[in-house]
Amino acid sequence: MYLERHLKDLEAESIHIFREAAEQFERPVLMYSIGKDSSVLLRLALKAFYPGPIPFPLLHIDTTWKFREMIAFRDATAREHDLNLIVHTNQDGLAQGINPFSNGSAVHTDVMKTQALRQALEHYKFDAAIGGARRDEEKSRSKERIFSHRTVDHRWDPKKQRPELWQLYNGRLSPGETMRVFPMSNWTELDVWEYIRQEDIPIVPLYFAAERPIVERDGMMIMVDDDRIPLAPDETPKTLRVRFRTLGCYPLTAAIESPAANIAEIVDEIRAAKTSERQGRLIDKDQAGSMEKKKEEGYF
Amino acid sequence: MLEETTSEIPLDVETHAVEEKSILRFLTCGSVDDGKSTLIGRLLYDCQQIYDDTMESLSSESKTYGTTGTAVDLALLVDGLQAEREQGITIDVAYRYFSTPVRKFIVADTPGHEQYTRNMATGASRCDLAIILVDARKGVVTQTRRHSCIVHLLGIRHVVLAINKMDLVDYDQERFDEIVADYSEFAAKLGIEHIVPIPLSALEGANVSGKSERMPWFNGPTLLEHLQAVEVSPTNRHAGLRLPVQRVSRPNLDFRGYAGQIAAGTVRPGDEVVALPAGKTSTVKRIVTYDGDLQEASAGDCVTLTLADEIDISRGNVICAKEDRCQVSDQFAAEIVWMSEEPMLKGRPYVLRINQQTTLCQVSRLKHRVSVETMEHISGRQLELNEIGVCEMTLDKPIVFEPYMQNREFGGFILVDRLTNETVAAGMIRFALRRADNVHWQAVDISKQVRARQKLQKACCLWFTGLSGSGKSTVANLLEKRLFALNRHTYLLDGDNVRHGLNRDLGFNDIDRVENIRRVIEVSRLMVDAGLITLVSFISPFSAERRTARERFETGEFFEIFMDTPLEICEQRDQKGLYAKARRGEIANFTGISSAYEPPENPDLVLGGGQQSPEDLTETVLAYLQAQGVLETD
Repeated sequence: MYLERHLKDLEAESIHIFREAAEQFERPVLMYSIGKDSSVLLRLALKAFYPGPIPFPLLHIDTTWKFREMIAFRDATAREHDLNLIVHTNQDGLAQGINPFSNGSAVHTDVMKTQALRQALEHYKFDAAIGGARRDEEKSRSKERIFSHRTVDHRWDPKKQRPELWQLYNGRLSPGETMRVFPMSNWTELDVWEYIRQEDIPIVPLYFAAERPIVERDGMMIMVDDDRIPLAPDETPKTLRVRFRTLGCYPLTAAIESPAANIAEIVDEIRAAKTSERQGRLIDKDQAGSMEKKKEEGYF
Repeated sequence: MLEETTSEIPLDVETHAVEEKSILRFLTCGSVDDGKSTLIGRLLYDCQQIYDDTMESLSSESKTYGTTGTAVDLALLVDGLQAEREQGITIDVAYRYFSTPVRKFIVADTPGHEQYTRNMATGASRCDLAIILVDARKGVVTQTRRHSCIVHLLGIRHVVLAINKMDLVDYDQERFDEIVADYSEFAAKLGIEHIVPIPLSALEGANVSGKSERMPWFNGPTLLEHLQAVEVSPTNRHAGLRLPVQRVSRPNLDFRGYAGQIAAGTVRPGDEVVALPAGKTSTVKRIVTYDGDLQEASAGDCVTLTLADEIDISRGNVICAKEDRCQVSDQFAAEIVWMSEEPMLKGRPYVLRINQQTTLCQVSRLKHRVSVETMEHISGRQLELNEIGVCEMTLDKPIVFEPYMQNREFGGFILVDRLTNETVAAGMIRFALRRADNVHWQAVDISKQVRARQKLQKACCLWFTGLSGSGKSTVANLLEKRLFALNRHTYLLDGDNVRHGLNRDLGFNDIDRVENIRRVIEVSRLMVDAGLITLVSFISPFSAERRTARERFETGEFFEIFMDTPLEICEQRDQKGLYAKARRGEIANFTGISSAYEPPENPDLVLGGGQQSPEDLTETVLAYLQAQGVLETD
């Protein structure tokens, strides 16, 4: 398959970062969130260590509210590549019955994602978490390093970042500190889609337009993925042709109306897009600078 | 509202159709006042990289933070963190992305304020082109020169002189020409090769992506046209092969491959290569990738090589073309940009990283500092945050490198503090130094062990550290007497005494303190080599230096003894009246008062000074030495 030069350069940069992470840390882990970025991340990891296996486990933080198709895709992917996949859920949060409907997105995200991630990092003593975040996703990310330092209590201090020059990554840590590593820092959403197309990478079918049961709330189209979603007496799901631009917890991820049913059509759609992909994410909207605040508290 | 530019974005798809879409990494330098953020916002907006929902939140933010009245403030697109939006300054390097059909652009957006030299250097390190913004009303100012120096220092060969705010000087050609002439004269002195001046109005979008009708006299390209067309070539494809080994891939017994990203040159199966620094040669067997074996790979490609021979290669080694090797040296001259609040100290060991190699190093000499405004030499003894200097470096082991101006990835290095793990400096290698003082350790027949055995003892170094007045010297003195009584051969090196002779030339600033300790470490090494039990009683306030001391000795030969006496007690004792003087401000850099003491984290022995008598403490040390087997007769 022919790969365009700019994608080849991005791929090479990412592979280089993956290999650095594998060498510089004792217990790195690959954060696998099942979305399109994770699919690309996984492919890059496979390439980086070929012909060997990926030399570290994958970690999925399962809030128990992911789309069912995501979980099926995750398990099939793990089987296909014989991956060492760890699934972690915050059992305390689960026992307390934390959920996005009664507790709201902020509490749900904090307990089931941020705290869950901390639990997993501490439990498995991972010293580096490799994630698929991109700098173009959100303003506060645009200043984040590729090797991004976290304090002992998992905080990101934007004012104390280490200068990062050339392709020299400083992964030295004091006891208890951790690193986040972002091999796809310099990719954009369009790069991700073009790469998926040119490399023919499998992704969760939810990205493709299909008829799905939808309820509309606050102008957001929410898919009725299971019967845990409380419906008002007069609320009946409508069948609409929709797809998702990003994937997360189904009650917090809005669908978009789109006819794009294959990768080529998605690439065309992204090229002409007038809204950013984070538009469909409810958790970013709590307040101005909200992602920055979440990150300082340790949200991935 | 935003003004639309008059013409469509010239994408030149026709002329570029045969070429592949490439990536251009560029740097923007200038301050908020120069309209830098507005310019980047304009580029993003014109290339339609700004989404409706982003614009929506921008409109509301403009009302709170904006500086453009009722119009949308494009600068807010790029001023990222909430903290800096409130302060109205950009505090760090931010990366922006936009693309046209022929190029993907990665913009390193760096602040222009004086104290952020380190951010500019960071942003510039991977860029091929720099846009230097000048306010047409102000012309070339100190900051312009400073930015140009850093750009040049970091090896950027292409400069766009973006003369902004032309709308505020009536689009005057004479003013433009004047600034260009002024800048060209300065740039020629620096040696910047390619300068393209463009008159702009970022606010109006003039000459950013569309030609400005207000400046018909300007025949050059618009900024975006230039960014799309500029040839930044050197991917080092034609140089000799350089593959720094990132990791050795051994998935099974039948496969041994060397994974890395090719930094320069081209490789094919059958090529003869040499692994540096060891110098063993072999032939390339396969170029392995996930997408199948390759017949050829070149600079920028990530590959895994297998070789025809089993030779010992590890991470950090470099696979080079056999007939075109890199240099190998453990001493070189380099430009250093200091990036830490803590000043650079000559003689202090730092961790040096260059491509995948890591070693300890010391700055053996600061030749001179460099003015970031003129590149002229200034004399100096140390480097402070954001200062640049030319230094001579001494490494613990030889590294494989090339001069920075020839190969960035092989000549650029960082220095890391061993205690804080912070990246404290960036360096650019100029050339290797031939060792004028190439004195090898003279191997002698009578060894340390033999000398010690003659004295029926084991030689070691007992390093007492603690505040002035903590009782170090008292205990060391008592201990030496006890050892002497036990027929041991000893010597006591006392801080004050050594300063009367050997170290008479040294003062008490941080640089001299490091040198003071270095000499004492070396003298005590010689004493241990002579077979003596050597007692060192020195305040030695810095843990980095004490760690160095430990590393200069063999395992089991060095004992760090911490006199943990509280400052209040030391100050109460004040046998020499020094604390009183220091409190009155008569002694600068007095440890514990005006200079820090870094307590040991893992000392071999802690003595609770102030709680027990010196005699009891001495017995504690003796018992400890007994337990460690130091007092056994050999």
